[in-house]
Amino acid sequence: MYQDFKYLISDGVCAIASPVSGDLFTKFCPRFIDGFVVTIELLALSSTLGFLLAVGLVLARMSGHRVLSIPANVFVYCFRGTPLLVQLWIIYFGIGSFGAEGLGPLWAFFKEPWLVGLLVLTLNTSAYVSEILRGGLVNVDKGQAEAAMAIGMSWFQSMRRILLPQAIRIAWPAYGNELVLLMKGSALISTITVLDLMGQTRTIFARNFDLTTYLYATVLYLVLAGLITLFVVAIERRFARNLR
Amino acid sequence: MKKALMGVSLTAMMLAGAANAEDVLRIASEGAYPPFNNVTADGELVGFDIDIAKALCEEMKRECEIVAQDWDGIIPGLVNNKYDAIVASMSITEERLEAIDFTDPYYSNYLSILGAEGSELTMDDLGDVAVGAQRSTVGSQWAEDKYGSRADVRLYDTNPAAVSDLEAGRIQAVVMDFLPAAEFQSTATGLGFLETKIDINDKIGIGTRKGDEDLTAALNAALAAIRENGTYEAISNEYFGIDIY
Repeated sequence: MYQDFKYLISDGVCAIASPVSGDLFTKFCPRFIDGFVVTIELLALSSTLGFLLAVGLVLARMSGHRVLSIPANVFVYCFRGTPLLVQLWIIYFGIGSFGAEGLGPLWAFFKEPWLVGLLVLTLNTSAYVSEILRGGLVNVDKGQAEAAMAIGMSWFQSMRRILLPQAIRIAWPAYGNELVLLMKGSALISTITVLDLMGQTRTIFARNFDLTTYLYATVLYLVLAGLITLFVVAIERRFARNLR
Repeated sequence: MKKALMGVSLTAMMLAGAANAEDVLRIASEGAYPPFNNVTADGELVGFDIDIAKALCEEMKRECEIVAQDWDGIIPGLVNNKYDAIVASMSITEERLEAIDFTDPYYSNYLSILGAEGSELTMDDLGDVAVGAQRSTVGSQWAEDKYGSRADVRLYDTNPAAVSDLEAGRIQAVVMDFLPAAEFQSTATGLGFLETKIDINDKIGIGTRKGDEDLTAALNAALAAIRENGTYEAISNEYFGIDIY
């Protein structure tokens, strides 16, 4: 149902684009747009979920409780310290090789390449974003935390109301950079059979051996980078209201 | 001036190459597609393709030199006169015929569909389940053409990756060339053929430079001769236990 809706979008876009685009693009247009939509979906979901997870991670890391901070630090260290491709293959082919018997009810999740792709992108980006947020937090003036405590806020309250909002604002430009990196990293999920923009592009190239296929993909990725930049700048403006 | 000199020397080299061609026939193979062509630990090329190439040289009474060349560059290398023929299990396709010539086919490739052992699926059911194939192969193209570009056809970088997902149960079938499929079926456990041999009219030929008609004709004659005298069958039997012509 939802899938049909997405196909309808691609077909619509292609019907509009066909009179103005080149022959090659027209021929494979639905594939390009199908892939484009999958990439946008994965990006929107993994960045949102990844951000929420990153907030949890940074709270755990800054909590001062070792039970929380050590696992969180190990998680961040592992996901920042290994290539995304390795993470994808370990989780998709490695965990997947246990199959239905080994994984039980979890198999329903690990069976699907799209879900595994989403999981890995989310975990990977959350590690980076937690580091970016940590950078923001240490740059908030120490006096603010002390003042919050002084008027009787708990540690959690001061984080939620005073420190994190400012940390996010400080870290926002770096976060925008991470979003673009995440978009580029997402191309790797084509190696676990997800037909995202890169997966569709490689498939199209395998049919026609025409290098302009990759030029069309380049244009679509640049469009996506443009959209991300617009989003980041719009939020940045909003954050800077008080400074104007 | 430098360019002109280079031009002259290139022409000289090409002339020399043409003159030498009668002495040594230079053949390229890939060396990464066992059991057809493969490189041993000590760097020697072996396999069905290699043995066929050697038999052809013997038949033509020509001295041959066989080199390994990566798949991506194998057609450009032929066009640029680095060697005179490609014996590398190359399918004769229309795209390739625009760049090079081919001899008569020296064997036929069929597609197979592997599934779980005991699976009741048939070729016609596969449009509704997840099917795997290696990207950029005749197998993946066949599956896309048959089941549509929006069917659940999953494309892998290698055949072993597709087979591992088939074994795990993520996908219900894998489409690949018949002979590697037979190899997987016999070495892995729990796999069976859903379809053993699908004839997609895929013929494997020897690539030659466009316009090098003498060589193409000589190779065709030699190919006919080794078919006739049983040399071909003996080589095929040695590798596959059957005649794959």
